[in-house]
Amino acid sequence: MRHDHLISAKQLSRDDIEAVLDRAAEIADDPGAVADAREDTLLGLCFFEPSTRTKMSFDTAMKRLGGDTVDMGSVESSSVKKGESLADTVRVIEGYTDAVVLRHPSEGAAKLASEFVDVPVINAGDGAGQHPTQTLLDLHTIRENAGFEDLTIGIMGDLKYGRTVHSLAHALTNFDVSQHFISPESLRLPRSVRFDLHESGAQVREHTEIEEVLETLDVLYVTRIQRERFPDENEYRQVAGQYRIDAEMLEAAKDDLTVMHPLPRVDEIAPDVDDTDHATYFEQAHNGVPVRMALLDEIL
Amino acid sequence: MTETELRVSKIENGTVIDHITGGQALNVLAILGIDGSSGEEVSVGMNVPSDRLGRKDIVKVEGRELSQNEVDVLSLIAPAATINIVRDFDVIEKHRVSRPEAVTGVLSCPNANCITTENEPVESRFEVLEEGVRCAYCDTIIRDSLAAHISVA
Ligand SMILES: [Zn+2]
Repeated sequence: MRHDHLISAKQLSRDDIEAVLDRAAEIADDPGAVADAREDTLLGLCFFEPSTRTKMSFDTAMKRLGGDTVDMGSVESSSVKKGESLADTVRVIEGYTDAVVLRHPSEGAAKLASEFVDVPVINAGDGAGQHPTQTLLDLHTIRENAGFEDLTIGIMGDLKYGRTVHSLAHALTNFDVSQHFISPESLRLPRSVRFDLHESGAQVREHTEIEEVLETLDVLYVTRIQRERFPDENEYRQVAGQYRIDAEMLEAAKDDLTVMHPLPRVDEIAPDVDDTDHATYFEQAHNGVPVRMALLDEIL
Repeated sequence: MTETELRVSKIENGTVIDHITGGQALNVLAILGIDGSSGEEVSVGMNVPSDRLGRKDIVKVEGRELSQNEVDVLSLIAPAATINIVRDFDVIEKHRVSRPEAVTGVLSCPNANCITTENEPVESRFEVLEEGVRCAYCDTIIRDSLAAHISVA
């Protein structure tokens, strides 16, 4: 990959994506072959908001490549609490490590960080913005299960604040994919994402009900609707209930529908879906390690 | 000299910004950071008849020439504006504004969760789109009422 930093899925061309996914497939087949590929590499983990899984997945990936990680620790115990700027924090950590993985609650944080350091910055989620490494593992899962040819994907849930959705939607414009977005009116895609999709000439439709498209889908990507987005509990319940799937509903879907979710889920996918052939979300989560190994090996 | 121009007094040295979109004159002053407190001599004509625009605003500032950055932002709210540089009562330079590719440090991002609104050592930066501008950090697009996002020092 040509880029030093990975800030947004918008940077990724089809070739970039395919290079990482091909490498991830090789690594998944024979993890031992890369066991000391990055022996002397030290990766800085800077998580300004908690995300145990994403952090563990980067930690695991780096160690499986023979490298090591250092962890900034929780924000509560760091100098950030004393009011240090992000720009200063990353400039200090730059001196310790070969690359920085950044998770931050504000949009644009990774972009800003990348302007202050010379080591590669990998965006591991910036507010409601982008989460490009999640997108790479999502794409890997889609390719393994459904392929990218003539694909119809439904993306459902909180599309407004869902950074995984924003990244994925951008990345899918590189492929022959028609995208259907299903959400309550109040949580539809932000203007900036709709703008980019329109500019790229992507085939995009928006819906408020899953029933309108369910039977045409090859992939259904479900995201969580967060309680804190709603002023009152009742309104949340009403909305969230409409964007929940269960095994009975999926009887109307194609037999080979792939159901994905970036996890954690709360109740938007009923447990009875887990026992169907549609459930792919745990496999998707496991793909995080080989995909991040491939990415780190390419970028560092 | 048309009758319209006469309504606003001539200046000796400075800048005449003409063909401002009707109603935008005060926003133009905001971009220039002019509120009268530092004693500049300023004349403003609002909603005067114009062949080209129907109604236009006009601003004349004595003793002040504009920086490129100011002209760039001006172009966003008054795309038809012309800038006339006056010395010794003569217009020595006249040019139209053109839209820049980006503006730095003049607009503030309306996204309260954008990293540029926090205490970080960066200036805001917006890419200029065909319609509106877009934050280079968080991607937020501002399409309408750009003037409301001008951060005057
Ligand atoms: Zn912004």
